[in-house]
Amino acid sequence: MAGFLLRRLVNYVVLALVATFLAFTLASATFDPIGVLQQRNPPPPAASIEAKKRDLHLDQPIPQRFVTWMSGVVQGDFGRTITDRPITDELGRRIGVSLRLFLLGITIGILFGVLLGVVSAIRQYKFSDYFATLFSFILLSTPVFVLGTLLKMGAQGINDSIGSNVLIFVGEETPGFQGNWFEHLGDRLQHLIVPTLTIALGQIAYYSRYQRSSMLDVLGSDFLRTAQAKGLTRRKALFKHGLRTALIPMATLFAFGFGLLVVGGTFTERIFGWFGMGDWLVTGISAQDTNITATVTLFVAVCVLFSGWLADVLYAALDPRIRVN
Amino acid sequence: MTVILNEGDSAGTTGAASGSPVDAAPEPGKAMTRGRLVLIRFMRNKLALVGLVLIVGMYLMAFVGPFLSKWSYDTQDYSAFLEPPYADHIFGTDKIGTDMFALTMRGLQKSLLIGLLVALISTTVAAIVGATAGYFLGAADKALMWVVDLLLVLPSFLIIAILSPWFRGKSWFLLVIMLAAFQWMITARIVRGMTLTLKEREFVKAAKFMGQPARTIIAKHIVPNMASLLIIDATINVGSAVLAETGLSYFGFGVQSPDVSLGTLIGLNAESATTFPWLFLFPAGFLVVFVLAVNWVGDGLRDALDPTSTRVRRKEKKDTKEKAA
Repeated sequence: MAGFLLRRLVNYVVLALVATFLAFTLASATFDPIGVLQQRNPPPPAASIEAKKRDLHLDQPIPQRFVTWMSGVVQGDFGRTITDRPITDELGRRIGVSLRLFLLGITIGILFGVLLGVVSAIRQYKFSDYFATLFSFILLSTPVFVLGTLLKMGAQGINDSIGSNVLIFVGEETPGFQGNWFEHLGDRLQHLIVPTLTIALGQIAYYSRYQRSSMLDVLGSDFLRTAQAKGLTRRKALFKHGLRTALIPMATLFAFGFGLLVVGGTFTERIFGWFGMGDWLVTGISAQDTNITATVTLFVAVCVLFSGWLADVLYAALDPRIRVN
Repeated sequence: MTVILNEGDSAGTTGAASGSPVDAAPEPGKAMTRGRLVLIRFMRNKLALVGLVLIVGMYLMAFVGPFLSKWSYDTQDYSAFLEPPYADHIFGTDKIGTDMFALTMRGLQKSLLIGLLVALISTTVAAIVGATAGYFLGAADKALMWVVDLLLVLPSFLIIAILSPWFRGKSWFLLVIMLAAFQWMITARIVRGMTLTLKEREFVKAAKFMGQPARTIIAKHIVPNMASLLIIDATINVGSAVLAETGLSYFGFGVQSPDVSLGTLIGLNAESATTFPWLFLFPAGFLVVFVLAVNWVGDGLRDALDPTSTRVRRKEKKDTKEKAA
């Protein structure tokens, strides 16, 4: 068991390194930060351009640049931005902002998604099932940037009708907010509701579809009938024997879902003005900044692969056959 | 869309020779080709029909609609700035007085064209790569599957976004190639798996022993037998390609000006959605309805083409029961 998880972990670390290396290489090859500098008006003197080139290690071949950057990363130094600010200073805060959004969104998404899927499966072809199907079909066809903007419009409407600013959809906290920690918490919550909903709704729709079909497969199985035949109530049989088995294939999906979430989070952060990792990626690419782009890629890769590893753990916890092998 | 359906009909007739007896069961005595059966099943699915009508309607609207409107995307109406929809401008106007209907249709054209091209290219690549890997096995298989695994690890959104400075100012067809390059992998794996079983079948072996070259066997015997999978895949890929394109264009990483797509329109107008909702709602509405329609059609095709799909089976059983009664 421990060996299995360790092997998977090593595999994921290698994959994360490969992904980051490729992103770094591609970014270095396509970005032209000096071109941006040269277009400035008035044009900077040649000497300062040369100095910038040296600062950004543009005189070195790309693999060597990667090694330089990576050896810094290992020591906790993610390099400097084009504007010569250390990335490490900003990194912690941005990760905090993103994770707050992601973790809350995915928790709500998984919980309600699984619940909705189970209910649809148990009450198949009933009104609730058709409603849930339509709901998730529409949500799955709505890209995050449309959903986010629609929710923003909805929140504006609610605020207008109440007459006060209850649902705040700009930023992650009110700048210069004064108050005790409880009021701070309230302020953060006001900012959290709409963005979290944006992320959670898509996740609910995504998981509920898969949970529904995996639960339907289980509902027809013999062991569930046996469980009821030996005297378990239907509810107990469904949740102790049915749901647990139906969750096994879902474990892999949770990992994929996290990948979707990170990309979706980029849109959510931009729409609601949160300065998280997704926002940083867009800024980094627009500014043609290799170090920022590579740092965010590393973060995304670690997130996706860690959730993949977590899925493996979950898999082992749910399915005893894996633990034996 | 019609092109794909016709393909299904011809593939159906090819498959009929090897079709299982179950497929021809409903009307004994009368010869029923698989194509007809699929068509009947598909027509029975109301949502899929609605989806098909919507898709055909939108393609027509995108390419014919602009000729019916007196406004064009490159002329401005200086008597109407930021006007909400009214008789003269049915979708309203933007801040420089451009007619939103003309703009939306232009964006729709590009998005639908990109979606269709990406789907065709990626499904073709998936069929060729998957069938080649599965048929020849050995070194070719190893190399191709390694590429598949590698591309699956890389988040496509990130990579295309990183490469966007490189195709800025070049043709939008480069974006099509990039999107297609990241969409064929999963299908290629399924195709490979199906090829492995197909190549053990008698008709493939017979063709082989008759001295047919591998190229002919793959093109004439293996790929046509996977037509259902490929049709479903191509349909769903249109939807996901449009979503991917609009997502990238939203940030300015996809379609570049002077070209306009639904994504660039939404990205441009999302900020002002709360004050000038028509600027955002029309492009967003077209996008959501199109993807929804594609998903419905994809679902309907899957039910109609897959003999093991449960929903149709149940209905057919019910129908035969009703007939018997």
